[in-house]
Amino acid sequence: MPDRASPLLMTILCLGIGILYVPILVLIAYSFNASSLVSVWGGFSTHWYVQLVHNDQILDAAWLSLQIGVVVSTVAVILGTLAAISLVRFKLFRGRLLLTGMVNAPLVMPEIITGITQLLLFVSMLHLFGWPHRGFVTIVIAHVAFCTAYVTITVQSRLQSADRSLEEAAMDLGSGPVRAFIDTTLPGIAPALASSWLLSFTLSLDDLVISSFVSGPGASTLPMVIFSKVKLGVSPDVNALASLIICLVGACVLVAGYVMRRSERRRVIDAQMAQH
Amino acid sequence: MQRGYAGVDETLALPTPPYACTRRGRRFRLFFWCTHATIVAMKGAATLWMKRHGKWVIILPPLLYLLVFFLIPFGFALKISLADTAVHVPPFTDIVSMSPDWHVQLTLNPGNFKYLFTDEVYGLSYLYSIKTAFFSTLICLALGYPMAYAIARSSKTAQNILLLVIILPFWTSFLLRVYALEGIIRETGLLNSALLWLGVIHHPLQIMRTTFAVYLGIIYSYLPFMVLPLFATLEKLDHSLLEAAADLGSAPWRAFVDVTLPLSMPGIIAGSMLVFIPAIGEFVIPTLLGGPDNLMIGRVLWDEFFGNRDWPVASAVAIAFLVLLVGPIALYQHYSTKQLEA
Repeated sequence: MPDRASPLLMTILCLGIGILYVPILVLIAYSFNASSLVSVWGGFSTHWYVQLVHNDQILDAAWLSLQIGVVVSTVAVILGTLAAISLVRFKLFRGRLLLTGMVNAPLVMPEIITGITQLLLFVSMLHLFGWPHRGFVTIVIAHVAFCTAYVTITVQSRLQSADRSLEEAAMDLGSGPVRAFIDTTLPGIAPALASSWLLSFTLSLDDLVISSFVSGPGASTLPMVIFSKVKLGVSPDVNALASLIICLVGACVLVAGYVMRRSERRRVIDAQMAQH
Repeated sequence: MQRGYAGVDETLALPTPPYACTRRGRRFRLFFWCTHATIVAMKGAATLWMKRHGKWVIILPPLLYLLVFFLIPFGFALKISLADTAVHVPPFTDIVSMSPDWHVQLTLNPGNFKYLFTDEVYGLSYLYSIKTAFFSTLICLALGYPMAYAIARSSKTAQNILLLVIILPFWTSFLLRVYALEGIIRETGLLNSALLWLGVIHHPLQIMRTTFAVYLGIIYSYLPFMVLPLFATLEKLDHSLLEAAADLGSAPWRAFVDVTLPLSMPGIIAGSMLVFIPAIGEFVIPTLLGGPDNLMIGRVLWDEFFGNRDWPVASAVAIAFLVLLVGPIALYQHYSTKQLEA
């Protein structure tokens, strides 16, 4: 129904997009400010970026966050896909309602409550079994729990719309159910798996509240370091760091989105060719 | 098709020569047959077991994981909310203890929950959280609805680009975006500098550490969550209904109220939920942008935990929060999805 939207609507749309983007653009602009005073423009400089490279605290935290992100999103994609298969393919099993509830609950649960309860679990476990010590392991465990929920929701909707006839054909031709699933359905849901991996990665990389609760001394993720720096006041190297992260993530999402859309379009074209 | 032993398409046909002729050959053949039979039988049993119980191999890992690391923690929170504060590590007493004559003792301390009612900080911050989340959801709706409507009405190519523009901030760091907003509204930030330069104001406006800043932060952070579901319902809207309303003499605003608004209700509810739920437990925004009187429940929990190190009271606050706010929301969602399915 493309018709001309009224000027009022267009103004509000531009206003909304402006609210979303102006702070980010201003941040990026100020990250090239030579002056350490935020309000004064002291000329163009990459000084803060150079300083960032020599800041071991930030580099260590970034490295830790990246490691956590990769492990978390990989495990979460595996667990979430299994959960999605369970919910879509096995209609009746004991614990189905429980699994449905636990998959949807993290989406409505305030992070701060999840964080507190998980910390209490880890503390009690340490008390009882002597494991796990708070740090890398506990952050990974806690992140996997909420990322699994997001992966399940994403993969579940894709799996529901997936065509099962190919898989049945493969099974008629003698493949076992697992083999048939891997050969036919898995390539179909691969874009959903890729996007849920990316989603888990960014969620894990961005999480402050849960990490702060479950992490221990010596394990500070990037958001924890940024938060403590920001709380103390303005620091120009955070500007540089923030610009870097925002541009990097933005570029990654754009590229990933482009690749996925192209593969999706090719899949649609292939399907049309096959029909004729 | 004839199925073989135990559902496997392998028969127990005797392996044929070259072992048949000599006595040693015969013995080898027997041994070979026995091994073969065992393997086939085990394979068959495994296949049968997989056929009956194989789905549990898929179901159990996520089920157990979420059970242990998501659901059971709430049990621990409930347990600790009934414990007493202690000075050792971890800073609470055990509610289950063993007396010298081997009787298990359960010491429950409801004092933490009573304390929530006696100290009015908790009640006030609950109400304040609800109020803040409610009004910011309303403002998001007022801003997001026209945006979604405008996107839904633009051409297909423009739609794709605009959607990307709306989604992109959602992928970038939440914390950094709140920090970026601080750069604008700070006393020496861009907004004040610009207004001072233009001569509109003569003293910098105090925006940081006010309620206004908290609202601004929430709207700025969660606006995409409102626009996307609204767009999804508005895009599917049947335009001929609006034309019909116009043909029957409705004014455009009347047609909007009678047709568009009721039809986009699912999107309004979904978007409002997506803004309201995270806003109510928000911690980062009131801490970074708000002042000391913007006490939202997330902040109170954080301070109770890290500042006062009173874990039992913090657990009690969390449990009460869960029962009073998250419970009703979950129930509401459960029933509304059931209604949609019906």
